[in-house]
Amino acid sequence: MKRSNKIVFIGLFVICAAFFISGCSQMVLFDPKGPVGSTERFVIIASFALMMIVVIPVFIMAIWFPWKYRSSNTKATYEPKWCHSTRIELIIWLVPAVIVTILGIMTWWTTHQLDPHNPLIADAKPFRIEAVSLDWKWLFIYPDQNIATVNQIVFPANAPLNFKVTSATVMTSFFIPQLGSQIYAMAGMQTQLHLLASEPGVYAGQNQQFSGNGYADMNFKAIAVSQEEFESWINKVRSSQEKLDMERYKKLEEPSIDDPATHFSTVTFNLFEHILKKYHKNMEMNHNSMIKKNEPKQMNLSILEKS
Amino acid sequence: MFGKLSLSAVPYHDPIVMLAVGGAIVTGLLILVLITYFRKWTILWQDWLTSVDHKKIGIMYIIIAMVMMLRGLSEAFMMRAQQAIAAGGSHGFLPPDHFNQLFSAHGTAMIIFVAMPFMVGLMNIVIPPQIGARDVAFPFLNSLSLWLTAAGFMLMMVSLGVGEFSQAGWSGYAPLTELQYSPGVGVDYWIWALQIAGVGSLITSINFLVTILNMRAPGMTLMRMPVFVWTSLSSSVLILLSFPVLTAVLAMLTLDRYLGMHFFTNTLGGNSMMYVNLFWMWGHPEVYIVILPAFGIYSEITATFCRKRLFSYTSMVYATASIMILSFSVWVHHFFTMGAGPNVNIFFGITTMIIAVPTGVKIFNWLFTMYRGRVRFTSPMLWTLGFITAFTVGGMTGVLLATPVADFVLHNSLFLVAHFHNVLIPGALFGYIAGYIYWFPKAFGFPLNEMWGKRAFWFWMIGFYFAFLPLYALGFMGMPRRLAYYDNPAWQPFLIVATIGIILILTGVACQVVQLIVSIRQRHSTRDLTGDPWDGRTLEWATSSPPPVYNFAEIPVVHDLDAFTDMKENNRANKKTDQYHDIHMPKNTASGLINGVFAFLFGFAMVWHIWWLAIMSTLGLLVAVIFHSADDDTEYTIPAAEVERIEKSSLRQSASAA
Repeated sequence: MKRSNKIVFIGLFVICAAFFISGCSQMVLFDPKGPVGSTERFVIIASFALMMIVVIPVFIMAIWFPWKYRSSNTKATYEPKWCHSTRIELIIWLVPAVIVTILGIMTWWTTHQLDPHNPLIADAKPFRIEAVSLDWKWLFIYPDQNIATVNQIVFPANAPLNFKVTSATVMTSFFIPQLGSQIYAMAGMQTQLHLLASEPGVYAGQNQQFSGNGYADMNFKAIAVSQEEFESWINKVRSSQEKLDMERYKKLEEPSIDDPATHFSTVTFNLFEHILKKYHKNMEMNHNSMIKKNEPKQMNLSILEKS
Repeated sequence: MFGKLSLSAVPYHDPIVMLAVGGAIVTGLLILVLITYFRKWTILWQDWLTSVDHKKIGIMYIIIAMVMMLRGLSEAFMMRAQQAIAAGGSHGFLPPDHFNQLFSAHGTAMIIFVAMPFMVGLMNIVIPPQIGARDVAFPFLNSLSLWLTAAGFMLMMVSLGVGEFSQAGWSGYAPLTELQYSPGVGVDYWIWALQIAGVGSLITSINFLVTILNMRAPGMTLMRMPVFVWTSLSSSVLILLSFPVLTAVLAMLTLDRYLGMHFFTNTLGGNSMMYVNLFWMWGHPEVYIVILPAFGIYSEITATFCRKRLFSYTSMVYATASIMILSFSVWVHHFFTMGAGPNVNIFFGITTMIIAVPTGVKIFNWLFTMYRGRVRFTSPMLWTLGFITAFTVGGMTGVLLATPVADFVLHNSLFLVAHFHNVLIPGALFGYIAGYIYWFPKAFGFPLNEMWGKRAFWFWMIGFYFAFLPLYALGFMGMPRRLAYYDNPAWQPFLIVATIGIILILTGVACQVVQLIVSIRQRHSTRDLTGDPWDGRTLEWATSSPPPVYNFAEIPVVHDLDAFTDMKENNRANKKTDQYHDIHMPKNTASGLINGVFAFLFGFAMVWHIWWLAIMSTLGLLVAVIFHSADDDTEYTIPAAEVERIEKSSLRQSASAA
C-alpha cells in the first residue's frame, strides 16, 4: 500500500469510528427498558467478545503475513513446499470449536430462558393484550378491560405483558425494539410473546416483516405508564364514542395507510378468537371430517416442539 | 388473443422506468447496428450463439452476469438514494410500489442472474482444463443450461418495460405472493424467471458432477483435484439436492395462483409457514452454492501469488465437504421469530454456529499459505486479502445472528441486510472478480490492466465498508429493512453515509469498465504468449492462451496436487510430441438457443395468460428436443495434421516469448 493510501485509509477509519460512537446514544438495542431486552443485549455483547478471540488474530495475521512475506522482502524465510503442521491444524480446528461450544451452551440457556411462550415472573399481575396485524395497522384488544386501540398501546410499567398475536392478512412481525424479542403474526395462528417494561416511557413499536405498500407506516407507540396514569387512560378510552363491533371491524380490516391512534370504548365479545377462527371456518365447511366443530382450533406453535 | 397483455402494461407514467427501458432499447439497437456494420452476424452465430465450447459458453454466462450486475447496482443506488432522502415527512422520489419492485428485483437479479451465472461461467472456463479434459461431459446440455438461464434473464429484463416485477421481496413469502394480495403480473414474472433459470442451474450441476467425477486426467485422484474443482463439485451437489425444492415450492405457488389451489393461502387449510420452510431449504444451501466456488478461487489465487503450496489441502477439502453437508441443516435460522419452541431454535442455531468452524479453518489455511511464501500484490491477490478481513466481520455477525435470542431483536433489521451483504459480497462477488482477473488472460490471450484493476479494488473496498458498516449501526438503532420511508431522523445521517458508499462502489465499477476498455486497446502489446502469465500451479496454465478448442492435444498425466508446478519442476512442461492424433469434438448446434427462445416465450405467455402461445411454445420445446435427440451426427474430427499445425504454432509462440 502506498503511503498516501495509508493516510487516506486511516483518516476514513477515524471518521467512521467517530460517527459510530456519536450514533451510540440512538442505538435502542443497547438501551433496553426491560428484562428481555437486557438479556438480549448481554448475549450480543458476550458473543461479540468471545468471537474477538478468533477475529483479532485473523486481522493481525491478515495484515502481518502478506506484509512480512511480500515478494520484495527477500530476507524473509521462503519455504515453497511447506504445507503441513499438526500443531497449527489442531489450534485452528480446536479453538473455534471451543468457542462455538461455549456459544452453544449460552444459546441453550438463553433460548430456554427467553422462550417467547414463557410468562415472565414479576410481582405485578400479568397484563393481557391481543395484537392483530391488519393491512397496514395494528389492532390491540384488551380482553380484561374490554377496550381496543389502533396503532397505540398503553400499559402499566413493571407489569408482565402477555401478548397473543395473530394476523388477519399477510405474515408480519410484532416488535417493540427497546423491550426485546419480536414474534411473527400469521393468519389463523396464534403466537405468544411475553415482555415487560421496567420503566415508564414511550417506545417505538413496528412491523418488522415486509407486508406490502403500507408497510413503512405500520408503526405504533408502546407507552408504559404508572398504575394511576393507566387507570385514567382507561377511563378516557371508555368515554370514547367509537365502539368496535363487527361492522366497524369490517371497515377497519380494509387496507389503509398511516392510520391515527384510535380508541374503542368496547369490543365485540371474543373478537380475537373470531379473527383466528375466520380462516378455519372455510376449512370446517370443506373438511368436516378433519376438524371437530366444537373444539376451538387454534394452532399453537408450541405443538411443533412437543411432537 | 393476448391474455392480460395490453398496451397499458407499459409504465409510461414512470419517467425513471421509461428512461431505463429507453436506455436498454437504444443500447440493444446500437449493438445490433454495430454487428451488422462490421458484418459479424455469421461469426456471432457460428462461433458464439450455437457454440458448445465450454470456454465460449463460460464467457457468455459472465456477460449475462455483468449486464445484470449493472441493473442490480442501479437498483441498489436508487434504493440508497431514496432512503437517504425519505426521512421525516418526506416520502422521497420513489412511490412504495416502485421501491418494493426495486428491492425484489435487486435480490433476484444479484443472486439468480449475477452470482449464479458468474460462478457457472468461471466453472465452465476453468474446470475442464484444470482437470485435463477436452470439454464437459455433456456439451449440448451445457449450451441448453446457458440458454435457459438467458431465457430467465430476458424475462426479468422484459418485466422492466412490460408490466411490473414482483413487489413481494426476492424471497416471495406467501401469502403476500398469493393472488389475493398480489394480483398483478409481477409475482408471475418472478416465478417464471426463477423457475426457468433454476432448471438451467440444475442441468449445469449434473453436467459438472459427471465431468468432475468421470473426466479427470490420468493420475488426478480425488485428493489431487485443485481446490476450485472440489468446491465446484460440492456446489454442484448442493444445486442437485436443493434446486428441486425451489422448483417444487415455486410449482406449488404457481398452482395456487393459476389454478386456485391452497398450498400456502390463509384460507382452506393452506399453510404459509410451509412456504417459508421450503423456500429456505433451498435458500440456505443456495448461499453456499455461490460462496463455495469463490472459496476455491481464493485458494487457487493464494497459492499462485504466494508461490507456495496451499497450506493443509486436506483440511481445506474436509472443511468444504462439512460445509456442504451442514448447509442443509440450518434453514430455520431464517425464521427463529416464527414462534417455534426453544429446542427447535437451539438445534438450528447451534448447527449454524458449527458451520463457522470449517469456515474459520479455511480462513486460517489461506493465512498460513501466505506464511513463508512470496506474496505478490497483484489485483487478484488484493481482492483475496480484502475478502479475508471483510468476510471475517461478516462471519462474526453471522454467528451473532445464529444465536436465537440475538436474532429476536436483529431479525429483519438493517443489521441482517448488512450481514448478508457482508458475507455474499466478499464471500462470493469479490472471489468472482478475482477469478475474472486471474483467468482473463487464459480466456482471451491478454491480461487486464493492473493499474485500473487496483483502482477499482480500492474504490470497491472502501465503498463496501462505507455502504454496509452504517447498516449494522442502523440495525442496533431498530431500523427494519425494506422501508420506503421513515420518521426517525436519527437514521438519516447513517443512510447518507451508506449512499456515499454505493457511489464509491459505482466509481469502482466505472474503473472496471475503463480497465476492460484499456486492456482491449493494449492487447497487442500485452499478449500472453506463454499461456502461463502468473506462474500458475494447475493444469489450465499448461495450455496456450486462449486454449485451442480441444484444450489438450495430448491428455496430461498428473503426478502431484500442483500438477503444472510439478511439470515445470521436472521439465515435463511444453514437452514436444512426435505423434499427434485425430481429436473428436462435439459439433455446434442451435438446439440450445432454440430451446431457450421457446422457454422464454413459454414464460412470457404464462405471465400474461396467453394460453395459445404457452401451448405452442411447449410443443415447440418438445419438437426441438425430439429433433435434437434424433440427431446422431453430433461430432466432428480435427485431423492429426491440423492438431500438429496448431500445437507447433503455439510452441513457436511460447519459445519466442522466452
